[in-house]
Amino acid sequence: MSDVEIKTLTMNFGPQHPAAHGVLRLVVEMDGEIVERCDPHIGLLHRGTEKLIEYKSYLQAVPYFDRLDYVSPMCQEHAFALAVEKLLGITAPERGQYIRVLFSEITRILNHLLNVTTFAMDTGALTPPLWGFEQRELLMEFYEQVSGSRMHAAYFRPGGVHQDLPDGMLDSMDGWIKQFIPVLKDIEKLLNDNRIFRQRTVDIGVVSAAQALDWGFSGPLIRASGIPWDLRKSQPYDVYDRMDFDIPLGKTGDCFARYLVRIEEMYQSVRIMEQCITALRKVGGPVRVDDRKLSPPRRGEMKGSMEALIHHFKLYTEGYKVPAGETYTAVEAPKGEFGVYLVSDGTNKPYRCKIRAPGFPHLQALEMMTKGHQLADMSANIGSLDIVFGEIDR
Amino acid sequence: MDEPLKELGDHIVQANAGAVTACDVRLGELMLECAPDRLVALLTFLRDDPKCLFKQLIDVCGVDWPEREKRFDVVYNLLSLKNNLRIRVKVATDEATPVPSAAPVYSAAGWFERETYDLYGVWFSDHPDLRRILTDYGFEGHPLRKDFPLTGFVELRWDDVQKRVVYEPVKLTQEFRRFDFLSPWEGGIERVLPGDEKAPAATPAKTGAN
Repeated sequence: MSDVEIKTLTMNFGPQHPAAHGVLRLVVEMDGEIVERCDPHIGLLHRGTEKLIEYKSYLQAVPYFDRLDYVSPMCQEHAFALAVEKLLGITAPERGQYIRVLFSEITRILNHLLNVTTFAMDTGALTPPLWGFEQRELLMEFYEQVSGSRMHAAYFRPGGVHQDLPDGMLDSMDGWIKQFIPVLKDIEKLLNDNRIFRQRTVDIGVVSAAQALDWGFSGPLIRASGIPWDLRKSQPYDVYDRMDFDIPLGKTGDCFARYLVRIEEMYQSVRIMEQCITALRKVGGPVRVDDRKLSPPRRGEMKGSMEALIHHFKLYTEGYKVPAGETYTAVEAPKGEFGVYLVSDGTNKPYRCKIRAPGFPHLQALEMMTKGHQLADMSANIGSLDIVFGEIDR
Repeated sequence: MDEPLKELGDHIVQANAGAVTACDVRLGELMLECAPDRLVALLTFLRDDPKCLFKQLIDVCGVDWPEREKRFDVVYNLLSLKNNLRIRVKVATDEATPVPSAAPVYSAAGWFERETYDLYGVWFSDHPDLRRILTDYGFEGHPLRKDFPLTGFVELRWDDVQKRVVYEPVKLTQEFRRFDFLSPWEGGIERVLPGDEKAPAATPAKTGAN
């Protein structure tokens, strides 16, 4: 028996697998139950977004950003809007900025609710997704009220947001916040001291601070490894510098720390929402730049004014020209640093629009995190990475 | 606001004599151009120098400029958490000349360079695992090059007789229309005006008032 040769087993995981959070194919080399090597094959959802954007005007490119990470659409529009605004040399009006921050935080809660609860599902708990998705549904109603769409909003445009908030929305948001905090506490009660959840996540996929830097981590993942870094604090955009909020930090860098960071971020997002709601009750004025060469006129104006009609026609056919130049602009999306590297050649279409998705380097590090763990821990790791294939495959 | 960036740029240029061929601050962003053979040394310097400490490689991507002799730019975006700074390093190359891989300096470079290779066909020397990443298994061509058509060359469908996926040349049911609404009257861009396509000897487009 002593000279039995032990062979590793090569196993295929996905592309369709409930724990893969999308279309992820993993080629896993296993020694018994231990993962020796894991090679993610991605690109099964590649739609050529960057190529398509090169053929569309700047305004037409906005909806593509909703379809990248379809769990946090507005934060990605935000990055694109900020990049175009930087090249154009404009800033959104104050009220528009508050609305953008408000909806960015709603988006963060939407994203974290999905991730935390499906992560719990990956490790065996079924109740959290049922509770979390009810809240997501309520939040998506706010999306629908401002943009007409529950997910693919196309609401943040270069120069501000498309429309002002409907009447009574701030009150209904207040009402939502009041009922959300107890729900979030309940979800925490289900998971924080849950023996199974802890056994599945504590000390699984530990990432040290040095590794997190080396592998290009950002967002909740880098914070779970103990590095206090958040673009909303360090490189604030829009009105984040006026907001009072804390950055949660993890100590251990394991799956459980990543879960805790996301839970605490939801409480902080609620705080930011409250401040935005208070501010929006006072701050009036336009929600997008008042420049007819950049933002379309109101429908009512077009009925009476020839000038407005011409502007509308020109903006929706030719669009606007963006001065030649290049910029890398990033926002703190719920998953991490979402950046847009935009190169303009002075025409009405982007010359190059590279989308830096946070999930891409995170998934790259999966092998580093999973090596030496058991197969079941791999799905815990994938869940804690918070990957969505819309943004990874683009 | 740009002054500290300019100083940092000068510091980097001085410390890497010959490696940095251009240094510029535009829109509050620091940009360097680098000779390909010195790239790894420059990135290592940027990572470890106490004034820089660009510990994170945020992104690597390609940009295609077909009219240039060295048609590709490979763009590295770096981030320093300690100094709260960003920097952009550019390397120019063509289809044949490989760029040294940044993977020994930043582990995150592996997939970003695979992506650049996949979409642009830029070669990276000493890369641990230079395979395609985003496109299909067995894909031919590099889709983000400017001379690659938006529709691609092949389309695939499930063949019920052969019981497998088959690839066929792209058939468009109507002509591919490229909507070009760029105003011909505002000048600045050399182009053929609509209706002038059949004008003799493919006239170089008249610019300006027309």
